[in-house]
Amino acid sequence: MHLIGELSAVLATALFIFALYWMNDPKTARRGVIAGIVGMTVAVVATWIQPEIIHHGWVVGAIVLGFAVGVPLSRVPLTAVPQRTALSHAFGGLAAGLVGAAEYFLWRGGSATAPMTHFRMSALAAEVILGFLTFTGSLMAAGKLQEVRWIPQRPVTYPGQNVVNIGVLALAVGLGVAVVLNPGAPWAQSAFLGIAALALLFGVLLIIPIGGADMPTVISILNAYAGLSAVAMGFVLDSKLLVTAGALDGSSGLILSIIMCRAMNRSFANVLFGAFGKAQPAIAAGEQKDWKQETVEGAAQLLEQSRTVVIIPGYGMAVAQAQHKVAELYDALTKRGIIVKFAIHPVAGRMPGHMNVLLAEANIPYSALVEMDEINPEMPQTDVALVIGANDVVNPAARYNKGTPIYGMPIIDADKAKTVLAIKRSKNPGFAGIDNELYVQDNTWMLFGDAKAVLSDLVKQFGSGGIH
Amino acid sequence: MTDFGSMLFVFVLATFIGLGVIRRVSRLLYTPLMSLTNAISAIAVVGSIVVTGADHPLTIRILGAVALFASMTNIVSGFMITDRMLKMFKKQ
Repeated sequence: MHLIGELSAVLATALFIFALYWMNDPKTARRGVIAGIVGMTVAVVATWIQPEIIHHGWVVGAIVLGFAVGVPLSRVPLTAVPQRTALSHAFGGLAAGLVGAAEYFLWRGGSATAPMTHFRMSALAAEVILGFLTFTGSLMAAGKLQEVRWIPQRPVTYPGQNVVNIGVLALAVGLGVAVVLNPGAPWAQSAFLGIAALALLFGVLLIIPIGGADMPTVISILNAYAGLSAVAMGFVLDSKLLVTAGALDGSSGLILSIIMCRAMNRSFANVLFGAFGKAQPAIAAGEQKDWKQETVEGAAQLLEQSRTVVIIPGYGMAVAQAQHKVAELYDALTKRGIIVKFAIHPVAGRMPGHMNVLLAEANIPYSALVEMDEINPEMPQTDVALVIGANDVVNPAARYNKGTPIYGMPIIDADKAKTVLAIKRSKNPGFAGIDNELYVQDNTWMLFGDAKAVLSDLVKQFGSGGIH
Repeated sequence: MTDFGSMLFVFVLATFIGLGVIRRVSRLLYTPLMSLTNAISAIAVVGSIVVTGADHPLTIRILGAVALFASMTNIVSGFMITDRMLKMFKKQ
């Protein structure tokens, strides 16, 4: 029986690695899902058939409930994928935290087969801290993304915030050390519960000061935490399979976090402890320029007469659910022989890869989706840059204005295109709370309104025969 | 019982494999990547099954069952939504 367990763990591990390997190309990626499902099934069955599992009804019940909630969660609209992802990080953290708590109470009594060593107790404390902080932190992130009413969208900051946050975490870790050193002390159990409570509190405090524009980074960091909590669970349960799978998840979260941070020119510490949008530096007033507004007819004409168009989508496109209208415009333009490409900024949207998924949903071929670094050299030769609900990722101030919070962030060079058309919902500044001088450039024309409504008017210009 | 050293060894090697494999993942697929790794890390389900199904006191089994439910939700929704998204990526 033990051999079956070991072999199935090796098989599942191999399948998980292949699953991720096949994600290197959209052509093979779906194979990865199948490998993952097979690996998971093997691991579950191998565990379930162990003789010590006797309460089968409980296992079946929990699994059925998991399906009942999991299936609807997989059918959310793609614009809601960021909050679904955050929610699943929360579930992952919760599972780790609860199993950690259960194991603690089992071993506290001193089991003969698994004595409570210092090592095991340290792993338990780490599992509970990581699991519970990931749980509440991800719930907060999901709530912010879903725009739940009682969770403030804007960053909430107060004096001494970082001191309080670090203090809470330090207290939890300190209690952890105390319990590791004195596992048999009469106060150990209360201290353990204290660790769990502090970790739950820390998760909330960590996310309160974070704003929408930082969500791609925060979701990636929470992903890494969820992976690490699975690793800690693996250490506790002595399971190499859990350690490996958790490490794969953790390294994925780590890489995505690094990519997101680089794309915003910020450090981890800065994202977590330097609330974005808090500083509102007085930008050198200089001369105040005005927007130039364009009509839909004029914009259509401009697009019609161009040879190359680069569309730059942002979160505004997701909010307006405008991806299908974007696809119609794409079709209308390509039918006329105009070359249309999409410039994707790594942090556009609310999670890594958000724009790609939305555009793929609208049937835009992925060969038309181009990364920032590849599209920027082409921007000066581009006839029209069409900005749809993107703001900070095209703000030229990031290049030179040290006073703005986005200084140093790599941007898509929309301003270098011959003409810029920008669709914007309102005349307010973007998430970072800063004016975007792209909009007042000499070659920029604004189209104000909901992205979906404006695009649909634009598409009509092409369809109605208004333009030939 | 396996010792701390060999577990740490596994962890470090798995992290290096993870970094190597994830680095090659197509940038187009970062969103499905996240839901896929999420489903995979829900392998924590094996720990939950042991806590839920073995002959433990009732409170322990309740903790286990909630954990099992949470992991199972991640497995089901993670794999399903990953596949749903991947289906949409077309070259032409």
